[in-house]
Amino acid sequence: MRQDRLIFEHGRPGRRAAAQAPATAVQTGELPADMLRQQPPRLPEVSELQAVRHYTRLSQKNFSIDTQFYPLGSCTMKYNPRASNSLAMLPGFLQRHPWAPDGQSQGFLACVHELQGMLRDVTGLAAFSLTPMAGAQGEFAGVAMIRAYHRARGDGERTEILVPDAAHGTNPATAVMCGFSVRELPTDADGDVDMQALREALGPKTAGIMLTNPSTLGVFERRIREMADLVHEAGGLLYYDGANLNAILGKSRPGDMGFDVIHINLHKTFSTPHGGGGPGAGAIGAGERLQGFLPIPMAAREGSRYRWLTEDDRPQSIGRLSAFMGNAGVILRAYVYARMLGAEGMVRVAEFATLNANYLMSRLRAEGFQVWFPQRRASHEFIISLKRESRELGVGAMDFAKRLLDYGYHAPTAYFPLLVPECLLIEPTETETREELDGFIDAMVAIRQEARRDPELVQGAPHGLPVRRLDEVRAARDLDLCWAPDAAGAT
Amino acid sequence: MPFIPHTEDDIREMLAAIGVPDLDTLFDEIPAELRAGRLPPLPPALQEMDISRLMQERAARDQTGPCFIGAGAYQHHVPAAVWQLATRGEFYSAYTPYQAEASQGTLQLIYEYQSMMCGLMAMEVSNASLYDGASGLGEAMLMAVRANQKIRSGRILIADSLHPVYRQVAQTVVGNQGVTLESLPLDAASGVIDTDALPPIDDVVAVVIPQPNFFGRLEAVDRLTDWAHAAGALVIGVVNPLAMALLRPPGEWGERGADIACGDGQPLGVPLSSGGPYYGFLCCRRSMVRRMPGRIVGRTVDLDGNPGYTLTLQAREQHIRRSRATSNICTNQGLVVTASTIHMALLGAEGLRRVAARCHEQTRALVQTLCELPGVRPLHQGVCFHERALDLGQPAGPVLERLASRGVMGGYPLGQHDPAQANAVLVCATECITEADIRAYRDALADVLREAA
Amino acid sequence: MSELPNELRYAVSHEWARLDDDGLITVGITDHAQEALGDLVFVETPSLDSDVEAGDACAVVESVKAASDIFAPVSGVVVDANGRLTDEPELVNTDPYGDGWIMRIKPEDPDLIEDLMSAEDYEHMLAEEEDD
Repeated sequence: MRQDRLIFEHGRPGRRAAAQAPATAVQTGELPADMLRQQPPRLPEVSELQAVRHYTRLSQKNFSIDTQFYPLGSCTMKYNPRASNSLAMLPGFLQRHPWAPDGQSQGFLACVHELQGMLRDVTGLAAFSLTPMAGAQGEFAGVAMIRAYHRARGDGERTEILVPDAAHGTNPATAVMCGFSVRELPTDADGDVDMQALREALGPKTAGIMLTNPSTLGVFERRIREMADLVHEAGGLLYYDGANLNAILGKSRPGDMGFDVIHINLHKTFSTPHGGGGPGAGAIGAGERLQGFLPIPMAAREGSRYRWLTEDDRPQSIGRLSAFMGNAGVILRAYVYARMLGAEGMVRVAEFATLNANYLMSRLRAEGFQVWFPQRRASHEFIISLKRESRELGVGAMDFAKRLLDYGYHAPTAYFPLLVPECLLIEPTETETREELDGFIDAMVAIRQEARRDPELVQGAPHGLPVRRLDEVRAARDLDLCWAPDAAGAT
Repeated sequence: MPFIPHTEDDIREMLAAIGVPDLDTLFDEIPAELRAGRLPPLPPALQEMDISRLMQERAARDQTGPCFIGAGAYQHHVPAAVWQLATRGEFYSAYTPYQAEASQGTLQLIYEYQSMMCGLMAMEVSNASLYDGASGLGEAMLMAVRANQKIRSGRILIADSLHPVYRQVAQTVVGNQGVTLESLPLDAASGVIDTDALPPIDDVVAVVIPQPNFFGRLEAVDRLTDWAHAAGALVIGVVNPLAMALLRPPGEWGERGADIACGDGQPLGVPLSSGGPYYGFLCCRRSMVRRMPGRIVGRTVDLDGNPGYTLTLQAREQHIRRSRATSNICTNQGLVVTASTIHMALLGAEGLRRVAARCHEQTRALVQTLCELPGVRPLHQGVCFHERALDLGQPAGPVLERLASRGVMGGYPLGQHDPAQANAVLVCATECITEADIRAYRDALADVLREAA
Repeated sequence: MSELPNELRYAVSHEWARLDDDGLITVGITDHAQEALGDLVFVETPSLDSDVEAGDACAVVESVKAASDIFAPVSGVVVDANGRLTDEPELVNTDPYGDGWIMRIKPEDPDLIEDLMSAEDYEHMLAEEEDD
């Protein structure tokens, strides 16, 4: 296959998409000459068709939910309804300036306010702010709120955040960004947090604990109430990472489990698109004790009018996380999705995500793959380990992952969580048909047969994609991060 | 059930394969007391036709039409191709490009984006984006603290002409990490930093310089940059990327150029969309690349020696470095960067320059026209890019409300940040504003001012 | 089996240390450690003249999939760092006990090196790790 050139390499000096900029040449008015740019920036010089063709062709080199089954564990790659997109892009929403007066923003504010309420009810917390722009920013807000809470009580000795060793890397990174030190908790043989270790870790330095439930190991943390009581008795607070909320939406509420603050990835559970790496939204909810610290702005209703709450209304707030109100377009997409699900639909999400995961797990186990927690129910995702295949055939998790691409399936999450050797974390989501799951199982079985017959075939996969495995060592040693005309195609 | 494809037969057979009698049994590990009973009433499910009707009604209640508000978000023409391409399912519904072989489209596009941003900023390295301009400034500050190993004070000096909300957001981001933000005072009459009255500085990690500044004014970036460098401080330029098609970019400020450039990418193909999603850009010197937060894409080769693209320098990031990562940031504004890249490709250097120049021209025309009205005058003397603060001679808040009720989004009231400027409004005219829009604004303002008098 | 020179001493965290004739202790990572990390792409060498306690993290080695701290095996002052690693991190892979050395420490007490493991003990430790 011919490699696509860079957009720059399609250009010719003086060519441009002439319909897209003012027709008259530049006048620089009163701008002083020494302020003006001398050399124009190096940008593409292409026609409109060239740009359209180039980016259409690039898009075709991606796997996506719209084109492939995408069972990427902990990412909840379910169908992103097209209605959410087209309705969020209605002109009234798109053209609204973020500083437009509240009177000119009632439609948008109504959506924000109603979504805050639906999230509150389905999670069992007291109040929500939708301003965080990603899960990691939601985490940041939550842990910053825990810090602000202790500080407001004059309790400056609480410097530690507890994090299970299986947690996503953002958890410890967030705790450090909020000025805490991190203490890791080990996991027991069944995938639950080691309770003895928790008891030993708790004390006057404990600010709080960050938990995902179901955990990143794909199982429900069964003693969560007991954990919550222990943490609260020690004076700490509980933060819920909503990465896996899709597994329990409407079935069990983080607020009832004892969590004080939670974030929800709207781009997972509420099916807004992942966009090749965002934008997401990390809506954050808090119980009674922490709700005053929520980030601003938040939407409020007074009679039949909606308005933004700011510093003046919420003096204890940890402050602003973005210049405006966060990823408004993502919030609108999530709102449309939530309204299309309605009350019953929200419960069904968890039921069918769990059905699909347990079906896939049972079938793979029956085919002889090693399920890591065979004694446990899968949540909406589960782990298999290819340790045996790696040892006996020399074909490990990465090789299976890459070969699956050749079969037209996106790879599951590989090598996460770090605790499980040669693991694949598989999350099918509720929007996939049984036929699709069966096809995936067939592919896994076929790859194992290939591995026995011809391991090099699998080790060298993928074979049918735009590129084969990439030299990541070279990418990191000989950094090439920016195109330059003289270096084009060279070294 | 929307989006769930299972038939009754599917459910029965799948449960049998698992070996459980019903769906509820799949949740038997959740303790009984934690099983949600009846939830508080949520609204009933809507069909697509019904939610469409509802959203159309709501969208119709919100502001549209010409917009004279700027203050960090700007109305620009976006080519139709930009979002049609960006919302293709292959871009729209893909994940962060961890599986490089299955994500070459997004990865190559990000490499092109990085290259375009380096060009626009005249900097050596760009990351793949941050959340937005304001939070990105916070990340830039943390990066400066990591990079400036000679100065460990954690003190960062911010020009008071920076957007006040940017400072607030940066404070939220850096506040818990021993970083203190200090003010470099503004000359109130001119609306810029007075470079003849720069204070001596010592033991400062970095100086934050906006260009254009919050009031639309142009700072003496060369002198400020050299002054900061002479004291061992790094320079963080916070810039409007569109303006950099016309104005001297951060990489060319002073003797050595700024060390870090950041800002909001919204003016490059992103609709106002009620405040987001936008994206933050971040560029720096090559020597600082390992201190950078966020995704970075590199070009390399595959097993057959063909060129390809992959995420690189991942050992900086949270999924590997955990508590010692450069930031907790992971997935952020990918799709918006996709749109912005296509936008820059379509506009090119000449297109962006024309747009920037037209914005400048229209704002001059707007200011001139409005200042024909009695009592209206510019707050500051000196050149502006595409925004200017006007003194209306009476409290701006009520005037703007009355303008809004006449369909004119008249500007951004400055009194909310400084009570001494209660009569001032920041106005902006982009290339989308016509002569007729400007006349309509003047006529409406004339009426409103007369009514009040 | 990875190479384990008898004349070196070893730390639990997989550094080796060697007391040189000039009284300084040279430190690197073991063959086993470099193999486990894979191809290195970057080495962040320690700041010169910094005081370190035994067990302090003072340098970092990065592969594409991992980043590992290098801990000072003895207390003292870092007096030298291997500048070649900035451009040639792969030296740690190709010659971990030679050109791939990471830093030199002026120890508080040269006898501290005796607290570290012998090659034989380190080999035992590796064997036990393997069994887990």
